[in-house]
Amino acid sequence: MWIRKDLLGLEELSKEELELILSTAESFKEVSTREIKKVPALRGKTVVNLFYEPSTRTRVSFEVAAKRLSADVINIAAEASSARKGETLIDTGRNIEALKADIIVVRHNASGAAAMLARNVNISVVNAGDGWHEHPTQALLDIFTLKETLGRIEGLKVSIVGDIAHSRVARSNIWGLAKLGAQVTVCAPRILMPPGIEEMGARISYDIDEALHDADAVNVLRMQFERDEQKAFPNQFEYLEAFGVTQERLKKAKKDIIVMHPGPINRGIEMSSEVADGANSVILEQVTNGIAVRMAVLFLVAQASDSRKTEAHE
Amino acid sequence: MNKNNKILIKGGRLIDPANKLDDIGDILIGAGKIIQVGKDIKVNSSLVIDASGRIIVPGLVDMHVHLREPGRKDKETVASGTKAAAKGGVTSVLAMPNTQPAIDCPENVRLLKESIKNSAAVRVFICAAVTKGRKGEELTDIAKLKKEGVVAISDDGSSVDCDKLMLKALSKAREEKVLVICHSEDKGLSKNGVVNLGLTSTRMGLRGISRESEYGRVKRDIFLAQKSKARLHIAHVSCRESVELIFQAKKKGLKITAETAPHYFALTEDSVLGYDTNMKMNPPLRGKEDVAAIKQGLADGVIDIIASDHAPHTKNEKDIEFEQAEFGVIGLETELAVSARELVHKGILSWPQLVEKMSLNPAKILGINKGTLSLGQDADIVIFSADKKWKVSEDNLVSKSKNSAFLGLDLPVVVEYTVCRGEVVYSDEVYRH
Repeated sequence: MWIRKDLLGLEELSKEELELILSTAESFKEVSTREIKKVPALRGKTVVNLFYEPSTRTRVSFEVAAKRLSADVINIAAEASSARKGETLIDTGRNIEALKADIIVVRHNASGAAAMLARNVNISVVNAGDGWHEHPTQALLDIFTLKETLGRIEGLKVSIVGDIAHSRVARSNIWGLAKLGAQVTVCAPRILMPPGIEEMGARISYDIDEALHDADAVNVLRMQFERDEQKAFPNQFEYLEAFGVTQERLKKAKKDIIVMHPGPINRGIEMSSEVADGANSVILEQVTNGIAVRMAVLFLVAQASDSRKTEAHE
Repeated sequence: MNKNNKILIKGGRLIDPANKLDDIGDILIGAGKIIQVGKDIKVNSSLVIDASGRIIVPGLVDMHVHLREPGRKDKETVASGTKAAAKGGVTSVLAMPNTQPAIDCPENVRLLKESIKNSAAVRVFICAAVTKGRKGEELTDIAKLKKEGVVAISDDGSSVDCDKLMLKALSKAREEKVLVICHSEDKGLSKNGVVNLGLTSTRMGLRGISRESEYGRVKRDIFLAQKSKARLHIAHVSCRESVELIFQAKKKGLKITAETAPHYFALTEDSVLGYDTNMKMNPPLRGKEDVAAIKQGLADGVIDIIASDHAPHTKNEKDIEFEQAEFGVIGLETELAVSARELVHKGILSWPQLVEKMSLNPAKILGINKGTLSLGQDADIVIFSADKKWKVSEDNLVSKSKNSAFLGLDLPVVVEYTVCRGEVVYSDEVYRH
């Protein structure tokens, strides 16, 4: 059973909770194939997308998910204020709560922002990515897609390649996959490999070919040169050379290796176009599955809030 | 209360490490001094305090306190900070100079002294800056500052990065017989970090502060102290390697002393995982091995003293995104109780040893005549109960800021009376009897 008010990350979830989200998402996936793509599960509820970082796909995915559940959706593109000027995140959250919204979906550049917001409002908070910390729904849709394609998670060998240090997608994937019994390998240039990865349950590799060899799936992260404070690579071509997933490299991997990417892709940097559009790629399936997973998450937190309210009235 | 009135404290457990005293007895105070210490003192006094079942110790000396004056009275004032000190059993504090403006010239020392004269509830000693504006560029006039009564210098909050300048500061301080207190941190390494580097920083998706950024600078500071033959005090030690370096330096006979704060032995980095900004301080909370080394260092005498590093910040500065929130926690009101809970109750220090670390040793390091119950001494005395509990909450903290790392915790020591200069500056009406 789901009793959490919020979804802040995968680190704190149990295996059972992860499985519940995945199975709920499975039942919601069918909705998007209907003539009338709507169920009344969240009718009368208001979902606020509070985005402090530019994001198209995650924001749109949450919006579509909420609308297919019949919720009303409000999008707020907020300016990340420098904390001392302008409205604080807590104040913004309390104002949204005062508008009688039911769920805040928050994207913020500060790690821990979703947790802070959740502590300070009584309504549900869903983390749509906080700094380098977690991006739980992205990892859930990655895991959902893997399970859908390969039939299981337990025992799968999954490699995550890219700038692990600054990746919330990597962190959420490591927690989620490890809890569900996958063998996770993390591959990055040394300077972009944060400490403590092994204690999180993943294996470390500094060699892309080694990480691809034997893998059932590879999740390729976006290389964010604009965020690379340490200037790990002088330019993007060197990155492709050293860590990029190319057709040539895939030839040496398992024939039916699944290739994933959270998007948006830098074609020709972390992944070549042939790979992105190739037979092994499930990148567009990921986008489709994102809706089902987010419907499941919105549904579960809303349901938990409703049962808390019922209990309070009894 | 009139200074000339006598106070008789009766029947408590007197602990006075300076005189190797740990026995049930009485103390008589008059004219602000300790007149008599012994058994069954009989005298007419205006106030008799029954201290049976209580512990009586010299007033605590906290040599690391941010009173925020001048400049940031919204965080704390001399009045509110010293009131918090009195409540925590602290009768002498060393006020750190990272104020606005910094305490870096005689004029600013006088500014602070004026405020102390008008509003301090306990004794306030002054630490001045090592460099002007604490910028690490130009030394302050240490001789002149000393003449104004400054007892130590520190750029606390920052380290003096330039080796040559630091060496010069140490040499000058040695000439003037002023203590240098180091905030040992290599900001080149720790820049933008907010939590302990390692699994914690990775899990939280935050930039880390490595142990190396602390102990690398501790190593340099010890080296410069050796070269200059100056007396050096290392503030807020948080990691195991620092403890080891200080141990080695002491073994060589260097005049180095070291401090830690209660949060570094009472809490580990696990406490910060929920992004509670009251767990954000610099240096950051470290790992279990570090906490074990700090405790061992306290037991072995490698770490000489415990100070609070009382660092008040307003709610506006703490209730924001973790990375942007200010570093630091308050601690004057909880340090004795937390230390008792973590060290005495867990058998790491005896009561006399704890009193030494929190009263006698800091007094010796600062060269101030405090921390004892000797006859003729200024009557700075604390009476506390070690078998009652209180819960830390924002409502029962008197500091102007409420950023305690121990909110919600039950603590096992209740200060019942704090006497400073022979006057009762704090008494706990709620818990007494």
